[in-house]
Amino acid sequence: LIRSINDPEHPLTLEELNVVEQVRVKVNDAESTVSVEFTPTIPHCSMATLIGLSIKVKLLRSLPERFKLDVHITPGTHASEHAVNKQLADKERVAAALENSHLLEVVNQCLSARS
Amino acid sequence: FCLENTDPRTRGRGIQLLSQVLLQCYSLLHEKEVLHLVLFYESRLQDHHLVIPSVLQGLRALSMCEVLSPGLAVSVLKAIFQEVHVQSLLQLDRHTVYSIITNFMSTREEELKGLGADFTFGFIQVMDGEKDPRNLLVAFQIVRDLIAKDYALGPFVEELFEVTSCYFPVDFTPPPNDPHGIQREDLILSLRAVLASTPQFAEFLLPLLIEKLDSELQSAKLDSLQTLTACCAIYGQKELQEFLPSLWSSLRREVFQTASEKIETECLAALHALSACLSRSVLSSDSEDLLDSFLSSILQDCRHHLCEPDMKLVWPSAKLLQAAAGASLRTYHRITRSVLPLLLEQYTKHTQSSQRRTILEMLLGFLELQQKWGHLEEDESTLLSLQAPVCSVVFSALTDSSVQLQLVAIKALTVLGSLQGFLSSSDLELVVDHLIRLALHEEDSQSSEAAMEAAGSLAPIYPKVFSGRMVPRLEEELQSGRAGKGESYHDHCSLRQRCLQALAAVSTHTSIVRETVPVLLQHLQKVQKGSEAGNTQDMVSVCQSLHRVALQCQQDVEGCWYFHQMVVPCLLAVAVQAAMQESTHTQLGKTLLEEEVLAAMIPVISAATTHLSPELAAQSVSHVVPLFLDGEVSFLPQNSFPCSFQPFGDGECLEAQRRLVALLMAFVCSLPRNVAIPQQEWLLRELLALSCSCNCPFTATTAAKCFAGLVNKHPAGQQLDEILQLAVNRMEPSLAEGPCRTQALTLLLWVTKALVLRYHPLSACLTDKLLGLLGDTELGPAAADGFSLLMAESPDVLHKGCHADVRIMFRQRFFTDNVPKLVQGFHGAGPDVKANYLKGLSHVLNHLPKPVLVTELPTLLSLLLEALSCSDHVVQLSTLSCLQPLLLEAPQIMSLHVDTLVTKFLNLTSSPTMVRAPPLPPCHTPLPHSLCCPDPCLFQAVRIAALRCAHALTSLPTPVLLPYKARVIRALARPLDDKKRLVRKEAVAARGEW
Repeated sequence: LIRSINDPEHPLTLEELNVVEQVRVKVNDAESTVSVEFTPTIPHCSMATLIGLSIKVKLLRSLPERFKLDVHITPGTHASEHAVNKQLADKERVAAALENSHLLEVVNQCLSARS
Repeated sequence: FCLENTDPRTRGRGIQLLSQVLLQCYSLLHEKEVLHLVLFYESRLQDHHLVIPSVLQGLRALSMCEVLSPGLAVSVLKAIFQEVHVQSLLQLDRHTVYSIITNFMSTREEELKGLGADFTFGFIQVMDGEKDPRNLLVAFQIVRDLIAKDYALGPFVEELFEVTSCYFPVDFTPPPNDPHGIQREDLILSLRAVLASTPQFAEFLLPLLIEKLDSELQSAKLDSLQTLTACCAIYGQKELQEFLPSLWSSLRREVFQTASEKIETECLAALHALSACLSRSVLSSDSEDLLDSFLSSILQDCRHHLCEPDMKLVWPSAKLLQAAAGASLRTYHRITRSVLPLLLEQYTKHTQSSQRRTILEMLLGFLELQQKWGHLEEDESTLLSLQAPVCSVVFSALTDSSVQLQLVAIKALTVLGSLQGFLSSSDLELVVDHLIRLALHEEDSQSSEAAMEAAGSLAPIYPKVFSGRMVPRLEEELQSGRAGKGESYHDHCSLRQRCLQALAAVSTHTSIVRETVPVLLQHLQKVQKGSEAGNTQDMVSVCQSLHRVALQCQQDVEGCWYFHQMVVPCLLAVAVQAAMQESTHTQLGKTLLEEEVLAAMIPVISAATTHLSPELAAQSVSHVVPLFLDGEVSFLPQNSFPCSFQPFGDGECLEAQRRLVALLMAFVCSLPRNVAIPQQEWLLRELLALSCSCNCPFTATTAAKCFAGLVNKHPAGQQLDEILQLAVNRMEPSLAEGPCRTQALTLLLWVTKALVLRYHPLSACLTDKLLGLLGDTELGPAAADGFSLLMAESPDVLHKGCHADVRIMFRQRFFTDNVPKLVQGFHGAGPDVKANYLKGLSHVLNHLPKPVLVTELPTLLSLLLEALSCSDHVVQLSTLSCLQPLLLEAPQIMSLHVDTLVTKFLNLTSSPTMVRAPPLPPCHTPLPHSLCCPDPCLFQAVRIAALRCAHALTSLPTPVLLPYKARVIRALARPLDDKKRLVRKEAVAARGEW
């Protein structure tokens, strides 16, 4: 579901940039949990939050409601890892971000499939 | 009297009358009369403004006179230019002025040219400020003629440019219900033709284009780029020189930054045109070579981006370079000299396969351009000097583990191979070895297919190498018998499959076909005789390979005949032998008679037959038909059989032989229409009897198809009527009752199809019979499914490819004739058979061309919606697949019913959970479809189709959809958790879109 998300800066997908990898995605169907670790391309990548938000939104739209989502940065790969993880885990901040029409447009652009 | 009246209105009316008369009879006037009238009208131009329109009408009539004496045209125009302020007239009258000018320009060119630049100036004044699109089209045409016919422009070039270029870029939306039908596109094209008509405009036009290109408006950019491209066709160095740097920087900026693919394409086209224009110009010895400096600046700006295969600007740069390089041989050399070594160096520098792939793809783009220039020239080509490194890069990519990289490398290999004289013979052998390895042993099927494809396209260029090296290797692998060490049986099978596919793929040249066909046939015989009998899949693969070979050599007369002569008798012989063995109670050979194998043989024989010339086909038909009718086996190879072959004879043990009617069908139904079939009446009678009486559904259906195929091609006349009457007489009683109702229905369907296709009068009567059967509880569902058979393209008989008589628009005709009856039948039918009518209807609609369907939609939509609530899943599925494209194509009509549509689609996305409540065996084993009554795959297919429709709903206008948004998104959450992966996938797509 998330391999084909476009990077906001590059003409490549997250999979091609190795931002998301299969080993860093854990799905437990029985307990209805999904955990995704993503690795920003550089430790100071300013787009880390946006990438995380895109992954989160894609999963929110594509997974059944029973799943609990956890999207965070692979430990030790980003300068402000903690802050970004906190933002992504905060439901209200995610919801608020999606109310922002400009941000929503950027996210949708990342999610639009390259045909 | 009127003409001299003091009241201008009355005077006007008088002149109007005179002008009307003149318009009717201008061709009858004499020279003197014309002179007189012209003088009169000229003087009237000074009259009251109310009179002017009529005066102009009169002048227009006179301008069409052939006897106008010399000098008059000039004086009329002078008078108009002087006395009339054209732009203060009404649209119609301005149009009259333009007509007068056009008339004179077409008949009195010399005289007008005598006016010199005054004429141009006069015209500029006339059209200055014109606003009406109708007039503009005429005015633009006049300007184009002024330039094309070389009128003196004098000092007025800039004025003429100003007066036309002020409309650029054209911004015009035709009013709704415009009766004149002028489109924005017409004006754009006509203005572009003016602007790009002369190099004299260059100094004014180019700055304007650059300015518009730098603007924000998409349409202005597009228009400028297209105009620039058009201009390059006539401009030379001189015109462009001054503006090249700014043109390049604008183009570069657009390609690097734009998000619109269209603008990018136009930019690249413009760059291509610019480079081509510069390369065309002849250099004088002392001037600077503009092309060289232009290309240098391109290289300078783009080259370094190529070194960063991860970044966004790689592809735009590569495209710019390729656009410039594609312009001429000179530009190609200049650019490749600099870029190719760089790319090769970058390839070795970067080690990740994704980066290497990008670099190789760019390299491939440049290699493809080389193809355009044909053969390589010894002394000049950079490519030849780089032969060794290019080859080594491509070969290294072929062995890379990344499939994507392999695919690009295979493509590059194909291009390299098509460059005559590029690959040395040792390289070629290496190429073939690589292809064999990839085709046979590469795990990824994509790579292996691509390798076969490449072998197929290279084989005609180097037939010797392929037939000498590849075919023997493949043959060896194929015959290597038992599985090698460490290979499982399964691996061995797939290797054999690959060998067979590769043999077919490489057979693209006659000389190779002569090598491969015997190998394939030999393998077929071996499988049939061999101890491993029972390997159906293997036989089917051989047949598929043979089919592919047949398609590849269809165009070549000689190859086609060779194939036909080799393959058809051999297949028949093998089949006949198997059938005999079957009748003499041996188990051997049974595989060959399985439906699947026979069905695979049909396309082979059909493809080998359709392209035969009539003489050769006649020769062949004189062998095959007697084989089936008289058991005449002498033409088959190895024709010593234990008993006689009589597929149409009675007898229990002949069941196996009867099945071979399938092969007869493949042959006779593919013959060209002008080939006479010996003993056709007899053959038709036998087929008819077989199709009505045989208990084996496969044989009965095949016989019916064969009968239909022959009837379709049978010339009209008494004979045809007799045989059809015979068929009807046989069908009617068995349709009514008895054990053979299904067979009779099949025959009815196929014969109806054959006749519907050729518009035979009897088809209407047969269709009515079919419509009647829809009300039958036993045969109704099958008859309803038959409508799909009638409308669909059938794969083996009765289509254009096998020379059937198919009239255009037979589907539309069937639709208009029969849909009203279907609808009527639906309303009159009992509840238990209503579904049959809906099913039939949705089958007919499903196959109807979409444009026709869209126009008929409003009347049928309510019925279709009703069909969605029908509980029959086939009806649901068929209706959904009919609605889905309509949602995309006719959103306006569909939005009227959005409420119903949303509800029904959402219900269907989860419907099977309700339907699944009655115990259905979860059918995981691939049972034959007919055994598990409501096929579980069908539920899944319905859900998928419903989700696709829900997805397609998003193409309706947004305001219509917004009220349903929350509800749909909520409802689509449920199929996200569906049991089937394919359903979940569609649900994700649909929900994401919503």
